[in-house]
Amino acid sequence: MGVIYIMWLREIKRFWRSKARIVGSLAQPLLFLIALGFGFGPIFQKAGGGNYIEFLAPGIVGMSILFSSMFMGIQVIWDRQFGFLKETLVAPISRYKIMIGRTLGGATIASLQGVIVFFISMLIGFKPHNLFMIPFAFIFMFLIAVLFTSLGTAIASRLEDMQAFQLIMNFLIMPIFFLSGALFPIDNLPNAIQILIKINPLYYGIEGLRTTLTGITQLGLVFDFFILGSLAVIMTIIGGHLFSKIEI
Amino acid sequence: MKIIEVKNLVKKFDGFTAVDNISFEVKKGEIFAFLGPNGAGKTTTIKMLTTLLHPTSGSIRINGFSPINEKDKVRHSFGIVFQDPSVDEELTAYENMEFHAALYNIKPEISKERISELLKLVDLWERRNELVKYFSGGMKRRLEIARGLIHHPKILFLDEPSLGLDPQTRNFLWKYIKEMNKKENMTIFLTTHYMEEAEKIADTIAIIDHGKLIKIGSLDKLKKDTKSNSLEEAFLKLTGHDIREETASPKDRMRLRRKMHGRL
Repeated sequence: MGVIYIMWLREIKRFWRSKARIVGSLAQPLLFLIALGFGFGPIFQKAGGGNYIEFLAPGIVGMSILFSSMFMGIQVIWDRQFGFLKETLVAPISRYKIMIGRTLGGATIASLQGVIVFFISMLIGFKPHNLFMIPFAFIFMFLIAVLFTSLGTAIASRLEDMQAFQLIMNFLIMPIFFLSGALFPIDNLPNAIQILIKINPLYYGIEGLRTTLTGITQLGLVFDFFILGSLAVIMTIIGGHLFSKIEI
Repeated sequence: MKIIEVKNLVKKFDGFTAVDNISFEVKKGEIFAFLGPNGAGKTTTIKMLTTLLHPTSGSIRINGFSPINEKDKVRHSFGIVFQDPSVDEELTAYENMEFHAALYNIKPEISKERISELLKLVDLWERRNELVKYFSGGMKRRLEIARGLIHHPKILFLDEPSLGLDPQTRNFLWKYIKEMNKKENMTIFLTTHYMEEAEKIADTIAIIDHGKLIKIGSLDKLKKDTKSNSLEEAFLKLTGHDIREETASPKDRMRLRRKMHGRL
């Protein structure tokens, strides 16, 4: 337990000391919320979809978590380049624990950002339908964060340079984001696209957030939770395995 | 008593042999130096001894354990100071020490005492709460040495410990290594490409070149066997070239390239 805690603590401390990261990570979701929310809002309303901000906000919360948690993996590459990775790799402890500590630390930060984006969305007009459901929304935020932090870390474990990581991330993040149902309802989409969305793990995260925050559900909360939770566990195990195979 | 035993150790990277069938033993409590030019395979050997790299073939025993099958037992047995810095620059000196103590599962009451003792020893106690990124190269190295000693290892590995240090810090470091070795009976395994370093502190010197172990023995033995007056002369006679030779052979360039890709 000590190792997981100290790895977690390190991620938190490092993040806390770079305030620029905190502010910078909020700019993009804010821009999306304002530009898309107000831009498409009237059309969405006219088409009979209701209040677009209500629809969009959970999606943007999910997006901000996706972006920051995937990029948490870059810490592994930083540590490799700055040499600190070696310090953890020669220590007599399970590398799975190192990986779990890192993932939980990164996921804590990413979900914290999600929480901040959630509060910002409330400032620009989003109203959660039931205040007692908000803690459940936080649980979904954390699960999304764990899933994608471990995915980012797993990919980073196999890479040595920063550019390659950024390239792969952008290549992955954009489709995951656009095909998650974050921006538009999926009911009337062509079948092929619906299938793509339904094999996208983020879809279940966004669904869960939307259910807990707006009360509108398609799959049911338990189903979303089960899918997302199992994927988060599986991904952490895969990530731990890849991380434990690192040679320097 | 032998604390490190290496037999027929080989490491190949895509068919390129970085460490070529070397065998040696290190006695408990001695200071053992690997002397050779850059790219000779010194760091690759240390990485295999410290569980960071998997050997292609051969066997290793560290404190009686195998770095291949008994990684954790081996990892408990040694401390290491890497050639390149491996401290977390975004943490303070004290936090780096605490972090290490937690990784090695040392109880907080014990680690607190050891950390203050060690930081005072390497003269960093006054600056313990500063972020490491504001430290000079020498200070970082001193911090790493202090950190490597928190868990009282039986063996201390030092990979090019005085690389990039000013003469004053270097002298301090040598004095300190000798003290640690005497006081705690700690075995010290270091690599270097400085003749002076090997000459001044090592009990046993192993000359390594192009991945092969050329000769091994005390300073006196090396000099006597080659009928040389200095280690430098002995090195020249044994390897056929000077350690600071500037013109690199194609093989050296290949090693360098590998090194730049972080493989050696």
